[in-house]
Amino acid sequence: MTAETFVQRRGAIRVDLQLIADMVDAKSRVLDIGCGDGALLEYLVHFKQVDGRGMELSQQGVNACVGNGLAVIQGDADTDLRAYPDGAFDYVILSQTLQATRDPRGVLQQMLRVGRRAVVSFPNFGYWRVRLGLLLNGRMPTTQTLPYSWYDTPNIHLCTIRDFLDMSASAGVEIERMIALGKDGRRVGSAVDLPALINWRAEQAVFLLGTKA
Amino acid sequence: MTSALPAAAFPSSPSAIALRAGKRATLGVEQKLRLDCGVELGPFTLAYQTYGTLNPDKSNAVLICHALTLDQFVVETHPVTGKPGWWDSFVAPGKPLDPAKYFIICINVVGGCMGSVGPTEIDPATGKPYGLNFPVVTIADMVRAQAMLLDHLGIDSLFCVIGGSMGGMQVLQWASAYPDRVFAAIPVATAARHSAQNIAFHEVGRQAIMADPDWHNGDYYSHGTSPHRGLAVARMAAHITYLSETALHRKFGRNLQDREKLGFGFEADFQVESYLRHQGSTFVERFDANSYLYITRAMDYFDLAREHGGVLANAFRNCRSRFCLVSFTSDWLFPTPESREVVQALNAVAANVSFVEIETDKGHDAFLLDEPEMYKVLDGFLEAAASARGLKSRK
Repeated sequence: MTAETFVQRRGAIRVDLQLIADMVDAKSRVLDIGCGDGALLEYLVHFKQVDGRGMELSQQGVNACVGNGLAVIQGDADTDLRAYPDGAFDYVILSQTLQATRDPRGVLQQMLRVGRRAVVSFPNFGYWRVRLGLLLNGRMPTTQTLPYSWYDTPNIHLCTIRDFLDMSASAGVEIERMIALGKDGRRVGSAVDLPALINWRAEQAVFLLGTKA
Repeated sequence: MTSALPAAAFPSSPSAIALRAGKRATLGVEQKLRLDCGVELGPFTLAYQTYGTLNPDKSNAVLICHALTLDQFVVETHPVTGKPGWWDSFVAPGKPLDPAKYFIICINVVGGCMGSVGPTEIDPATGKPYGLNFPVVTIADMVRAQAMLLDHLGIDSLFCVIGGSMGGMQVLQWASAYPDRVFAAIPVATAARHSAQNIAFHEVGRQAIMADPDWHNGDYYSHGTSPHRGLAVARMAAHITYLSETALHRKFGRNLQDREKLGFGFEADFQVESYLRHQGSTFVERFDANSYLYITRAMDYFDLAREHGGVLANAFRNCRSRFCLVSFTSDWLFPTPESREVVQALNAVAANVSFVEIETDKGHDAFLLDEPEMYKVLDGFLEAAASARGLKSRK
């Protein structure tokens, strides 16, 4: 498939997915957890020639992926990562799903067990619009990356960038790269910037993680 | 219909079998087939059908493994029943297995009754049908025999092995026993071991056959009889397990058969009874009772983990095949958790695996039906595998 036909069929992939794709080396072994309809996985398979596998909770998503020729199984990040052997993948990706897991810390540790590196993206609850929304309206904030009402959200473990950094430090996780995105996917910071500042400005963030030596 | 007694019985004379069989090969002449039970079989015959053409580099061969009571007549009109091939909707131009693209083979299993060696065939030692002198065979034996036929046909590596139910067991066995010969594996509605409940249902069927006085300890061939009543009951019991409660209710409910009110007797008052009797009586016209005993036994004995130190993952330790497993939501004979167990074992060795569960109320039999979702998924899987194999896309 050429880049044109991919874009014709899929449209351009989401900006955070593009950032994730850019972090992945060509021809590597990749597991995409919560791969949805397979947009990122298909991109990686076709443009980075990765040996790509996917895991997705919704059966509809799984069937769509397999129908598109992707190697995807129905599974749950919280329970099904345990089946994989150590170091089976070069990258384990979890995009916009960490906050929906029951045990985010355990999932992250499993990711770094089965993969040499983990790529994680999540919506930042420390984003200024979120803070302001709660402060001014007195209601659970909803934004582009947090579109749900409190009663039907799958997001049971929301966190801020600083929360995530703290948890990573305590879990022996090394931050190799971080890209913070503001509204409409503009870059607003990276790992060299002051965490407190990024935490205000970023609507979401993408992390490349490794295990501390 | 006043009785469940089928009119005709399976004609078991070798000449009748030869007429039915289609392609045949004699195998095990120099090297016999060593069965799991210790017996060596050979020379023996396998009957098979092929569709399409083997490409010059022999990379497009697909093996279809048939289920318990099916056979090698995948596409063409069945020589005994006159009904269409059992998978002519899947193996057809423009369908997932297109004979224009693949060389497709289906082999009647060892122990079967459509021309391959089995209890109805003549035992060279006695000049009479084997009957119960036929050795008990296993799924692994069936697969070994298939591998011998592929050797005979000069096919070293299969692009794909696909099958549902018992056919799926063979697919798993193929991937485990011949990892280098299987590029892609599609086990549908199956399990890595036969469950206690499934063994129980099979035992009911076997007991029904053996309780039929016409069975004569398996030697009905020389008595000129056939235990068709027992076999029909076995089929009726089994047929219930192939459907789902929902599907049975949707199809028949409590509707009465050709009558306005209950008959206060034991005729087929209900449509569902009449339907089952019909299933039983048509089955005995095309299937041999002893074959039914042997093949159900092979399924019961199947336990892939047990042969690998109790760890299923070990069965796939050296496997480079890409897998696509399929299960159905309403299949209670081979329910989804059984497929999931295989998926987890494959994940444990980081195998390339896809797994889909198809939403349907049609029960286990859904694997034989034109389920659009399954067709779409398998089409995508096969296309991707074919492109990885370097086969030309037909799109």
